[in-house]
Amino acid sequence: MTGSRDRTRSLRRAATSLVAAAAVYEAVARSGFFPAALFPTIPTCLETLAGMIADGSMLLHAGYTLFRVLVGFVAAVTLALPLGVAMARFRPVERFVMPLVTALMPIPSFALVPLFMLWFGIGNLTTILIVFYAATFPVLINTWSGVRAVNPLWLRAASAMGADEQALFRKVIVPGAMPFIITGVRQAFLRAWIAVVGAEMIAASDWGLGWVIFDAKEFLNTDVMMASLVVIGFLGFVFERLVFGALERATVLRWGMVRLTKG
Amino acid sequence: MTVAVPGALALGRDLPARPAGEGRLRVAGRNAFPFIVVGAVWEIVAHAGLFPEVLFPPVERVAVTFVRLTVTGILPLHAVETLARLLTGFALAAVVGVAIGLAMGRSRAVEEYLLPLVSVLAPIPGLAYTPLFLLWFGPGNVTAVLLVAFVSSFPVIYNTWTGVKAVKEIWLRAAQSMGADDRRLFRKVILPGALPYIFSGLRLGLAQAWRILVAVEMLAAVHWGLGWLIFGAREFLNTDAMLAGVVVIAVIGLGLERLVFKRLEDYTVVRWGMIGA
Repeated sequence: MTGSRDRTRSLRRAATSLVAAAAVYEAVARSGFFPAALFPTIPTCLETLAGMIADGSMLLHAGYTLFRVLVGFVAAVTLALPLGVAMARFRPVERFVMPLVTALMPIPSFALVPLFMLWFGIGNLTTILIVFYAATFPVLINTWSGVRAVNPLWLRAASAMGADEQALFRKVIVPGAMPFIITGVRQAFLRAWIAVVGAEMIAASDWGLGWVIFDAKEFLNTDVMMASLVVIGFLGFVFERLVFGALERATVLRWGMVRLTKG
Repeated sequence: MTVAVPGALALGRDLPARPAGEGRLRVAGRNAFPFIVVGAVWEIVAHAGLFPEVLFPPVERVAVTFVRLTVTGILPLHAVETLARLLTGFALAAVVGVAIGLAMGRSRAVEEYLLPLVSVLAPIPGLAYTPLFLLWFGPGNVTAVLLVAFVSSFPVIYNTWTGVKAVKEIWLRAAQSMGADDRRLFRKVILPGALPYIFSGLRLGLAQAWRILVAVEMLAAVHWGLGWLIFGAREFLNTDAMLAGVVVIAVIGLGLERLVFKRLEDYTVVRWGMIGA
């Protein structure tokens, strides 16, 4: 649809807008209108970022954050996937779990941080549990609605062709629910990523990207804050696009269940 | 990115329908049952003395604290303060977000200029901006409201933009061939057509605003607010007050989702038959 001239124009515009935003920021930073400590120039931020990567501290912070987010996230998926399927397949499970989920879901994970700090102290356990809490519900709800949304016609067709319960589950229900499940897992990761940063800020330990940002505030190290923001955004983006994008391409897109929307 | 398919993940609508002939009382009992079980387990653990009572108060103590804090007006005051912040921030985000989204959907140039900025800023979790906003705007209400507005505007922008783009070409052409001018086209076709998406965006935005606000109140040193209440209670080991605060947060969160948005959707897009009830 878009010709190459259109594409060049849209690239040029994208570049223009990013450069313009950077220039405005740089102008404000250099104008001396605000203290330099609060508005570090872009070169300063980049220098700090490079320095922190070079001395390994940024990698360590990122490593801690990734460790927490992955452990909590994997635990959440491990619990929520089977539970979601069970809820959709067995009425009593659904009737027991659903009211609880409805009551717990609107509680933001951060509201539990102070409570968890009292119970589990400061550090890895609290942050991992917060991530776990944040990531569980999207997977649970999406798996549940995904399994319920499997076209009954497919089920009947498969049964009529002699599929037993197990084959039905493996060959029809799981693939049928997959688009929903992947959406859920994706949302869960986004939430987990937000939760880990917040939890690290409040339940501060010694390492972690959220902790670094909050700690930098105490010393007015705005450049360190900016550098960590960039890393947080970058890592979130990488996971969202590369990991889950690849997952989606390998499953539901390849099976033709959802079409790639251009955007 | 948080672009939602309209109607997906709208919790209330998907709840299992009440089978005909089942009494209201039985449904209530069925829904209450899991809470009774969880409450009983909590009670047993609390009374077993496994954990110090300060850290793990029994249900009745939380209830007593809840009533006491409500009667003395402390809890309602915190709640009102939090809601005021939420609504101010969210209103700001809704107005600005819908305007930007519409502009991006309608004009190619705006889209190409703004999309890169939005895509760079959006993937950073909103909370990560908190310290930066704190430094720039100082502790207090300005930071809290601006942060809530900033964070919740992204889902609104994305969904509005997607919604405008998703308006069927054939509707536009049909309206045009029937002589609709630009303004009419916008008011009668594009806006209603995009509305299901806009609502999902607002819904997501509000949910995000709510989640962020609680944390921001803990970090931004405001003097009232539910987040602050919980965080402050920790200092004094008032676990019962914390749990009472969490209950209020859950009730408000549920109320926002169920009462406000469900109503709004029922009146508009559901009534127009654009999404199933």
